[in-house]
Amino acid sequence: MERNQSRRQLAVMRQSLFDQGYLDEQFIQLEELQDDANPNFVEEVVTLYYRDSARLVTSIEQALRDKSPLDFNKLDSYMHQFKGSSSSIGAKKVKAESTQFREYCRAGNGEGCLRTFQQLKKEYTTLKKKLEGYYQLARQAGPNEIACRPK
Amino acid sequence: MSTASSSVVSDQFPAGLRVLVVDDDPTCLKILEKMLRTCLYEVTKSNRAELALDMLRDKRNIFDIVISDVHMPDMDGFKLLEQVGLEMDLPVIMMSADDSKHVVMKGVTHGACDYLIKPVRIEALKNIWQHVVRKRKNGWKEIEQSGSVDEGDRQQKPSEDVDYSSSANEGNWRSSKRRKDEEDEADDRDDSSTLKKPRVVWSVELHQQFVAAVNQLGIDKAVPKKILELMNVPGLTRENVASHLQKYRLYLRRLSGVSQHSCNSFISPQDASYGPLSPLNGLDLQTFAATGHIPAQSLATLQAAGLSRSTAKSGMPMPLVEQRNLFSFDNAKLRFGDGQPQHMNSGKQMNLLHGIPTNMEPKQLVNLHHSAQSLGGMNMQVSPHGGHNGQSSSILMQMSQPQARGQILNETTGGQVARLPTSTGQPILSNGIAGGVLARNGIVENGRAGYNQVPQTSSMLNFPLNHAPELPGNSFPLGSSPGISAITSKGGFHEDANSDIKGSAGFIQSYDIFNDLQQHKPNGWELQNVGVGVGLTFDASQHSNSLRSNIDVAPSVLINQSYSSSQRNGQNSNATVTGKAIFSVGEGIEHRNNGQNVGQHMNNLLGDNSMRIKTERVPDTIFQPALFPQHFGQEDLMSALLKQQQDGIGPAENEFDFDGYPLDNIPV
Repeated sequence: MERNQSRRQLAVMRQSLFDQGYLDEQFIQLEELQDDANPNFVEEVVTLYYRDSARLVTSIEQALRDKSPLDFNKLDSYMHQFKGSSSSIGAKKVKAESTQFREYCRAGNGEGCLRTFQQLKKEYTTLKKKLEGYYQLARQAGPNEIACRPK
Repeated sequence: MSTASSSVVSDQFPAGLRVLVVDDDPTCLKILEKMLRTCLYEVTKSNRAELALDMLRDKRNIFDIVISDVHMPDMDGFKLLEQVGLEMDLPVIMMSADDSKHVVMKGVTHGACDYLIKPVRIEALKNIWQHVVRKRKNGWKEIEQSGSVDEGDRQQKPSEDVDYSSSANEGNWRSSKRRKDEEDEADDRDDSSTLKKPRVVWSVELHQQFVAAVNQLGIDKAVPKKILELMNVPGLTRENVASHLQKYRLYLRRLSGVSQHSCNSFISPQDASYGPLSPLNGLDLQTFAATGHIPAQSLATLQAAGLSRSTAKSGMPMPLVEQRNLFSFDNAKLRFGDGQPQHMNSGKQMNLLHGIPTNMEPKQLVNLHHSAQSLGGMNMQVSPHGGHNGQSSSILMQMSQPQARGQILNETTGGQVARLPTSTGQPILSNGIAGGVLARNGIVENGRAGYNQVPQTSSMLNFPLNHAPELPGNSFPLGSSPGISAITSKGGFHEDANSDIKGSAGFIQSYDIFNDLQQHKPNGWELQNVGVGVGLTFDASQHSNSLRSNIDVAPSVLINQSYSSSQRNGQNSNATVTGKAIFSVGEGIEHRNNGQNVGQHMNNLLGDNSMRIKTERVPDTIFQPALFPQHFGQEDLMSALLKQQQDGIGPAENEFDFDGYPLDNIPV
């Protein structure tokens, strides 16, 4: 019973991530890739994403700190990579912010870049926490139910 | 390779496709890997382009397709794309989160067969095997494919006939990647030159000048700067020359590669005749080509070898394609340079053919043969081209259009279709490209067909090869005299063909068929038609002149072709064309075994083409007998031809006419 409850809670949590716009259908693609051979595939990918993208976030922060003058090409390049990863895991809000960021880069709008990056980091961190909570709950729900793809 | 190619036709085909994924983003790489594995592909991943390139170089042929990210720190994805295209000519799919048009365009212009926007969805990956199949079908032509596209546009403009070959070159060059040893030169052009600078149109004349300069300097010592000085063409830049040189070298390299392959194949067949070919293998085709002294025979042998190879492998489309390409190049050149004369001949032939139906006189037949030969050259080109087919076809088409000969040309090019339908000729012209494609298919088919009747097939190949050799020599070096040489060789070809046939059986047979047909007149025509359709048509016509006796074998060859085509052909048009030719032959053939065979081929071709109709029939005929003995009903053939025409060319009527013609003429 307790387990079923956890599972239901898990499903609700997952659904809210979509409903609130944190994730998009790409995340579902990942879930669908999960199989017996890779029972924790999605979680692994998410973990990998946060581990790898952290360096990009750091790089962008540093580039933004070099105020005089901002290297928009560099920023754009970083953000391009960041966007590629983010979109691949279906991080919808993060992706939207990175798209906005690149537009500001192209427009040479340093202010816009800074503002957008703050927003991006917020979404990035929020999603991370939500996903961490989600997978923690998934583990509690039982090994066999971990991140199974709720339809 | 063999596994891969065989897998193409196997039930599990896409499964096991060997994919190399390159992306510096570990997240994307992990996801892609999983997606590709879910598609049952065999996945190898690399997070660095340099590493990926090393892997590709170390074990070529271990990958069927490459998927690469565009933005990578160690190497620009486009550079990897260029390298891969230059060194192994594998299909490459580019991907990026960047969906801006210019980046996608850059991928396309650099030769990417597809461009995926991140996030990549598994649906997009489920279909990537199509690029592998397409690449194999078209052979190495893909590199030149971009060129063919251009050609397509140009073909519409009659005045630009001459540019076809050049356009093809352009395509090649564009997509061609720089080689290692040309790295410095490559730097000059890099992206900017390929993308933004107006492309130089390497017209036949310009290419001839280029080849002349290269030959003067020696292929190994030719550097862009010196070539440019020798050419002394205002407006031409060192970059233009450098890129063209790369493409040219690539071409030569491929040529040699093909020859080697063919040699191997010959050996495998165990045919005594092959023996002689092996020496050729040793020789560097490139050198020959460069020198412009490649004996037609040698070329023929090479081709034959390639053919045999293909046949032996039965499943190996790649080799065939390559050969085809080579041939096509030659052919194209020939066409241009010699094109007119040949065309004239062919045009006449066409007329003869037309007349033939009613009154086939020996002389006319002869002419036809000649024309056929010339046409054959054309056809050969087409088929070899595969990728180039479009060009050649178009060229042929153009040629034919201007002149009454056009029809002939059409026949040849369209080949196949055209001939049958002499009347179709004009329509064919428009279809020219398609015809070319058909030709390509035919070749492939031939190679494939090889299976049972490898020998026969090889004979077919030989014929084409002969033509091609001549063409190549001419075209490559200068492109000016190709036509003549080709013609001369034609005479010799017959003989060669015969010999080849012995060795490679396949080709010979084809020729024989033609010959027989000629002898029988009706048959001869049919055979010719068939040959054309297949791409062998030319040969057939020639053969018919010189060889009438061997016809029987030819049918079998044809059948083989058709079989192969039906099985593997992706290019329906080619197949159809062949089918048509065959059909026409069929009538005459019916009387003879060959005819039957042809019919079968036709059917096969049709089937390949898409032409569902014929395919069905084909299987029956082909399978049943040993090719020769099988007696396909003329009706079937005709119908097949008609179908083919409809499908590919459209003018079924012509085909029918041809059939009728052969019979009448045959009496001779």
